[in-house]
Amino acid sequence: MRNLFNRQNIVALLGIVLLYAVVQGLIVSDIMPPFYKLTLIQICIYIILATSLNLINGITGQFSIGHAGFMAIGAYISAIITTILNGPLVLGLLAGAIVAALAGILVGLPTLRLKGDYLAIATLGFGEIVRIIFLNTEYVGGAAGFTLPSKITWTWAFGLMALSVVLMKNFVNSTHGRACISIRENEIAAESMGVNTTKYKVMAFTMGAFFAGLAGGIYANYFYIIQPMTFNFLLSFNILVMIVLGGLGSMTGGIVGAIVMTLASALLAGVPEWRNVITAVLLVIMMIFRPTGIMGTKEFSLNFLGKKSEKNAASKN
Amino acid sequence: MPLLKIDNLSKSFGGLKAVSNLNIEINQGELIGLIGPNGAGKTTVFNLLTGVYDKTEGKMTFQDREVSGLKPYQVTQRGMARTFQNIRLFSDLSVIDNVKIAYHQRTSYSTVSALFRFPSYYSGEEEMLRKAMELLKIFNLEDKAQETAKNLPYGEQRRLEIARALGTEPKLLLLDEPAAGMNPQETQDLMNLIRWIREQFKLTILLIEHDMSLVMGVCERIYVLDYGTIIAQGTPDEIKNNPKVIEAYLGEEVV
Repeated sequence: MRNLFNRQNIVALLGIVLLYAVVQGLIVSDIMPPFYKLTLIQICIYIILATSLNLINGITGQFSIGHAGFMAIGAYISAIITTILNGPLVLGLLAGAIVAALAGILVGLPTLRLKGDYLAIATLGFGEIVRIIFLNTEYVGGAAGFTLPSKITWTWAFGLMALSVVLMKNFVNSTHGRACISIRENEIAAESMGVNTTKYKVMAFTMGAFFAGLAGGIYANYFYIIQPMTFNFLLSFNILVMIVLGGLGSMTGGIVGAIVMTLASALLAGVPEWRNVITAVLLVIMMIFRPTGIMGTKEFSLNFLGKKSEKNAASKN
Repeated sequence: MPLLKIDNLSKSFGGLKAVSNLNIEINQGELIGLIGPNGAGKTTVFNLLTGVYDKTEGKMTFQDREVSGLKPYQVTQRGMARTFQNIRLFSDLSVIDNVKIAYHQRTSYSTVSALFRFPSYYSGEEEMLRKAMELLKIFNLEDKAQETAKNLPYGEQRRLEIARALGTEPKLLLLDEPAAGMNPQETQDLMNLIRWIREQFKLTILLIEHDMSLVMGVCERIYVLDYGTIIAQGTPDEIKNNPKVIEAYLGEEVV
């Protein structure tokens, strides 16, 4: 365990706790306007969505654009459990995430044989199928939607976001994450290095679906109402834009992209007719001057805090 | 019992017989060359052995077990590793990560320990880093451990690819044109390296090569492939003087 409590991790933990406490203080003392709080919770939801899609698209290199489908599954399952079945919130969120993950396995096994554009089309189709199923299911309100009480607080949203990001980051920075990255880099070479590519593609896809389902659960239990229209392909594209903007393959890039896009959309809320135009122009400029995204494939890390780097460790051998 | 036995192996792509009735036997510890003119089917043989292609007919036994029908990663797990004719590194990753991926299949810690950072994660990662650095040291790449693989000079990329293949801890190493694009000095160094790793890792090596000085210099036995069939086999001296080989390489009139 000695390694878990290095200076980096402690500083990161302190930073997370501090950020949480400051915002929580502002909310409790009623200084923060409700619109800001809503935006902050939205950012948390989008960070989970963006980092989990990054796991599939950026890390493993499988171009999926059906993320709204997994989010919808998580949203509806958790709503059913917390509202119709009167279950506890934790159970609802967990069940939503697990069902989304199962859907991820079911969709992933056959579709991950496809490459590039074909996989994108298949996953896009999957997202639409999910939406249309919910649209036609009277049990969950059909097109009118499903109303439920808002139980998610800043504490829940931020805590779950931090936990999700840490878990995904831990996965990426392990031999299993490297196996996924090797698939992105060169699938044939990965296979010849003994990496079971099918297993790791499905694993990344399932994990991405799990966290998308969790984000869906948070969304449903915060916004009072969920409607099938929310989970259309535009939402999937929106998440995709976040990770491309932040930098495909960079976990911190996904976070940056989610924050920038959500803030931009909140700041431009006053000029709804110009919102999409401005974001589109910004994206075009971005693609011309920095096509790899804000972070590229680099990560923001606290390595400079003096934890022995791999180089130092090696020179000791 | 030979380490690798290929029995009547054939592979057709539609009407084209890329490999037909191939028979090769390799004993433990041998260094074998597989040569032949362009398009003779050498790389196809490697792809069949490593599970990239499925054979049409025949048998391949490695360490007394059938290997045909296995997926490439399963073949690697059985102890057969390869390099590629056109280098296939993980080019955007660091040199050390390239080698670490090779150790992936031997990792002891599970996905769950990775997610929750159990102690086995730290010990597993440390072990992997140590082994990978040792391997880089052997290949004189330890100073470049943090370098991005694609930024290495060509010769070093070739060396890294061999290092990475050794990371899977193979019994049999398949080298597909390791000297391609190297100058005579680099080829000479490579020759010494191949001899040395064979001793050091107790390897059996099968190599495809166009560079005759390399093949004749290091291989103990050579198989010559032309139009998908073995036309000759023997020691380098026998091969040099074999009229069939000269004919395959230079054409009939010369003989």
